[in-house]
Amino acid sequence: MPGTLKTTGILSKDELMESPGMPTKERMEEGPIAIIECIQEIPCDPCVEACRHNAIEIGEDITCLPRLIEEKCTGCGICIADCPGQAIFVVDLNYSPEGSILMIPYEFFPLPTVDSTVMALDREGKVVGEAKVLKVSNPKKNDTTPVISLLVPKDLILDIRNISF
Amino acid sequence: MSAAIAAAKSGVEAVVLDENERPGGQLFKQIHKFFGSREHGAGTRGMDIGRQLLEDAEKFKVEVWSNAVVWGIFGGPQLGINYQQKVSKLEAKKVLLATGAYENSLAFAGWTLPGVMGAGAAQTMINIHRVLPGRRVLMVGAGNVGLIIAYQILQAGAQVLAVVEALPYIGGYGVHASKLRKCGVPILTNHTIKEAVGEDRVERAVVAEVDSNLKIKAGTEKSLDVDTIHMAVGLTPMAELAWLAGCQFSHIPELGGQVPLHDEDMLTTVDGIYVAGDLTGIEEAHTATEEGKLAGIAVSESLGYLGNQEALLLKQEVRADLKALRKGPFGEKRRKAKAKIIEERKSICRGP
Repeated sequence: MPGTLKTTGILSKDELMESPGMPTKERMEEGPIAIIECIQEIPCDPCVEACRHNAIEIGEDITCLPRLIEEKCTGCGICIADCPGQAIFVVDLNYSPEGSILMIPYEFFPLPTVDSTVMALDREGKVVGEAKVLKVSNPKKNDTTPVISLLVPKDLILDIRNISF
Repeated sequence: MSAAIAAAKSGVEAVVLDENERPGGQLFKQIHKFFGSREHGAGTRGMDIGRQLLEDAEKFKVEVWSNAVVWGIFGGPQLGINYQQKVSKLEAKKVLLATGAYENSLAFAGWTLPGVMGAGAAQTMINIHRVLPGRRVLMVGAGNVGLIIAYQILQAGAQVLAVVEALPYIGGYGVHASKLRKCGVPILTNHTIKEAVGEDRVERAVVAEVDSNLKIKAGTEKSLDVDTIHMAVGLTPMAELAWLAGCQFSHIPELGGQVPLHDEDMLTTVDGIYVAGDLTGIEEAHTATEEGKLAGIAVSESLGYLGNQEALLLKQEVRADLKALRKGPFGEKRRKAKAKIIEERKSICRGP
């Protein structure tokens, strides 16, 4: 089975689209929303409690996949740093006519500077474009997992998952 | 630690002996946020869970003897120990063995060169001693240990040129693999290390493709310009004390080899000797602490510090947690293997 998370370490487009943590296209058009890229049944649940809007459900078993309740999600991004797998991102597709906002967890030093332009990397670590750093957020409750808000090209919102500079 | 705390909570006098500078096993080098359930510390970094255990130990008056080597175990049970430059015997009503595991190694040409080491050793160097073992790294093994440590090597500022994995798929969690991939680290499945090359230390590594029988395919060799090779090819339960104590074992490959049989209370086939953690089968920190807790409660019960009914409720809670942690496709083999341990013990020891 070529090209799956299990064989490559990269989530395929199909896997992403079928994930219960993936919002609908319509909901993404409306405003900020989380994308939970968690498709393997592993024992993990911190995301459920992280969300103050009860927008993430797992169900009875701790190994069930997290399901995003898109009506409840406000795209606040509080869940990003709480995911031990760094698998939650927040997107604001229609932030401006030119670009979208993408929020990613980033556990490396140095941190990027606000307003700087950085290289945008895809799931394979390949440079696919540029991103502007809008915000670097690292409050105490993040427990040293900074969250970076990036302005990225709209058509790359589902591709960009990391930065380099 | 978790067993001692659980036992001490009900009034048992508990002493923890650890040959290391401080107890807590591998927790203090686990700088990543843990999986598992929120109520049991998931989302918290391993080192912070370790700190919490030390605090709880102090709070419940658990005595902790660090740099204390247990070299023997005799009837009674009695332990032969080496502590504060003195060799002596220590008597206990009950003994819990939670000796953990050691890293497996892999023999290949050049494997004795400096620069070839276990991934766990590299993690200790980086996260405990703050020393980078190398700048350009090859990781062998794409289980969770290999993936997590490869990522921590990146965080520490070194480069990981590749992770090689002999199986056709990634054994560890996909999310750990994704963290590496998005940093540009290739994960080469169906690949293994063939040779480490260098004069007096690793100067490069030769990796090659393997077939379905894990045999190297001729002509597929590739050279990687690395100065360090880390092996994350599984762990083996550290069972010497359990053997010395006369515990009955079973060979269960899914759990890492020879493991002592135990019952649902973590009691071995030897009266008064309990086991918990990786010694009873390779899993992860969460199940290890839960097993410890279970053993601690069982010890309290058998010494009369907890009533049977009270103990049963506490034990059921822990067993339910353990069951939940072993659910899902990643836990299935372990769940079956652990059940087998208990079944096999039942067939050997009848009675309570």
